[in-house]
Amino acid sequence: MAARVRSFPDVLLSVENISLSFGGVKALTDISFDIAKGEIRAIIGPNGAGKSSMLNCINGFYHPQQGAITYKGVRRSQMKPHEAAEQGIARTFQNIALFRGMSTLDNIMTGRNLRMKTGLFWQALHIGPAQREEIENRKAVERIIDFLEIQHIRKAPVGQLPYGLQKRVELGRALAAEPELLLLDEPMAGMNIEEKQDMCRFILDVNDEFGTTICLIEHDMGVVMDISDRVVVLDYGKKIGDGVPDEVRSNEAVVAAYLGVSH
Amino acid sequence: MLYREAGQFKTTYVADQQIFPILQDRMFVLAVIVAAFLAVPMFASPYLYTEILIPFLILSMAAIGLNILVGYCGQVSLGTGGFMAVGAYAAYNLWLRVPEVNNLIVVFLFGGVMAAAVGILFGIPSLRIKGFYLAVATLASQFFLDWLFARVKWLTNYTPSGSVAVGKLEVFGWHIDTPADRYLLILGLVVVATLVAKNLVRGHIGRSWMAIRDMDIAAEIIGFRPLRTKLTAFAVSSFFIGVSGAMWAFLRLGAWEPLAFDINRSFQILFMVIIGGLGSLLGSFLGAAFIVLMPILLNQLPGWFGIRMSTALLSHLEFMVFGAMIVFFLIVEPHGLARLWAVAKEKLRLWPFPH
Repeated sequence: MAARVRSFPDVLLSVENISLSFGGVKALTDISFDIAKGEIRAIIGPNGAGKSSMLNCINGFYHPQQGAITYKGVRRSQMKPHEAAEQGIARTFQNIALFRGMSTLDNIMTGRNLRMKTGLFWQALHIGPAQREEIENRKAVERIIDFLEIQHIRKAPVGQLPYGLQKRVELGRALAAEPELLLLDEPMAGMNIEEKQDMCRFILDVNDEFGTTICLIEHDMGVVMDISDRVVVLDYGKKIGDGVPDEVRSNEAVVAAYLGVSH
Repeated sequence: MLYREAGQFKTTYVADQQIFPILQDRMFVLAVIVAAFLAVPMFASPYLYTEILIPFLILSMAAIGLNILVGYCGQVSLGTGGFMAVGAYAAYNLWLRVPEVNNLIVVFLFGGVMAAAVGILFGIPSLRIKGFYLAVATLASQFFLDWLFARVKWLTNYTPSGSVAVGKLEVFGWHIDTPADRYLLILGLVVVATLVAKNLVRGHIGRSWMAIRDMDIAAEIIGFRPLRTKLTAFAVSSFFIGVSGAMWAFLRLGAWEPLAFDINRSFQILFMVIIGGLGSLLGSFLGAAFIVLMPILLNQLPGWFGIRMSTALLSHLEFMVFGAMIVFFLIVEPHGLARLWAVAKEKLRLWPFPH
């Protein structure tokens, strides 16, 4: 498959000189890159390269010691996780972080929590505004359930679902927030080939149909090279490559990081 | 065979989101409520009211309150007795000092609101401490509140040993005199409270509690505010517990002292929640029934079979059998009686076929 070449004029998010350390361990050193509106941006790198730390900085879970992140034209050095969520950044996790005691439907409904505002009084009565709000959001959630083809597990407790479906429900929960920027942390880890194909299809469809900008971490190079528009490569917390898939593939530093070099 | 949902199609989301989506469940619950309101007063004796039904209903409500905090929001609390005391004494002080407010409903709601305020205060540490450590912090609230009602004499109207009593009670002109009146008032309040609790846990507020319980980090990242969510749970939970404390004092005891709400009460209600089922409103009722009824049953049982034994032996035996039953139930079904009930219902859907 030939690499897709699309152009994206607007920058949605740019990371400037981010450094993050835990005690003496430097997780990220002086990283800068940007994510354009509407693209699929991949972050790759060997284990421990700082990819997940990078996502955690973007959605405000980690606070980098240096550098700033500009999102939608607003530059800030720190952001709280719920602020990131309010600004339209949603994410999934490397190890599934679903609410195991709840059904698929309820899990995806939690993704819409920022759109549900009725107070305790109406909630206690569950009539009027509370019921209207519940039904409206249910409709939106049902569209996502249809989109992800998980109608049959709507009422099932997520703790009992197989791994691939759990990953899909987690994607659904992130999509329910109708994010502008979707961060996916290894969406295909541990999946078989059919599940990977399904997941690729969903990611491409989300990007095409909803225009959602996607930033994903993935270890399957075939997938990364096929679906992403641009790729950032990290190694030991430093950026060693950035560009369209073909450029990255032929970058010597990247090849060295992945395959090693003979000295 | 009767318990089938075949043919019951939902065509609207409203129909799909009912509390009991299955027709048979709706009929059953309705029948239980109607029987409790109409049939029970026809045959119940004062003993049945004061020793069984009234304690069961009031403690069910306390268990619902605690279940919201522990079962739905995952914040372990050992301060239930203290919050019940706040409800009881706040209600008492309003009833005593503002004689114009003689409607018990208003008095009870005031007790609940004060307990909610105190609950929020003691819930603040929950942002930083979790699990067993939070349990210890709430234990501190229990001891602090015990101390408060024993030492601050104004709260107990300067009576010796903090023992207070209430006299004539009324609701909207209805005088609450007989055990049957008390029972009906409590039943009405418990039905309303259960409905409110169910509405809260099935809406977005309940989902926020469960999200914090199941995975607080993910909940924070998708936009829930941990502190606000936990404090709402503390407030709602303490409100229910406070109202139940006021009911316990006014309608069960009539005259009481701070000892009625000591640490044993906290443990008793926590056991109800654990045995009944964490995160289940039905479980709160089952747990309360188990803890209230089982000792009485064990005490009566030898008499029914004509076995005579000394009172001391009987009470020791009661403790032993009761303890053994708790252990047995927790081993057989760690998720509580509510899960046993759910499993039985699931089996019943298919019965008499194996699959």
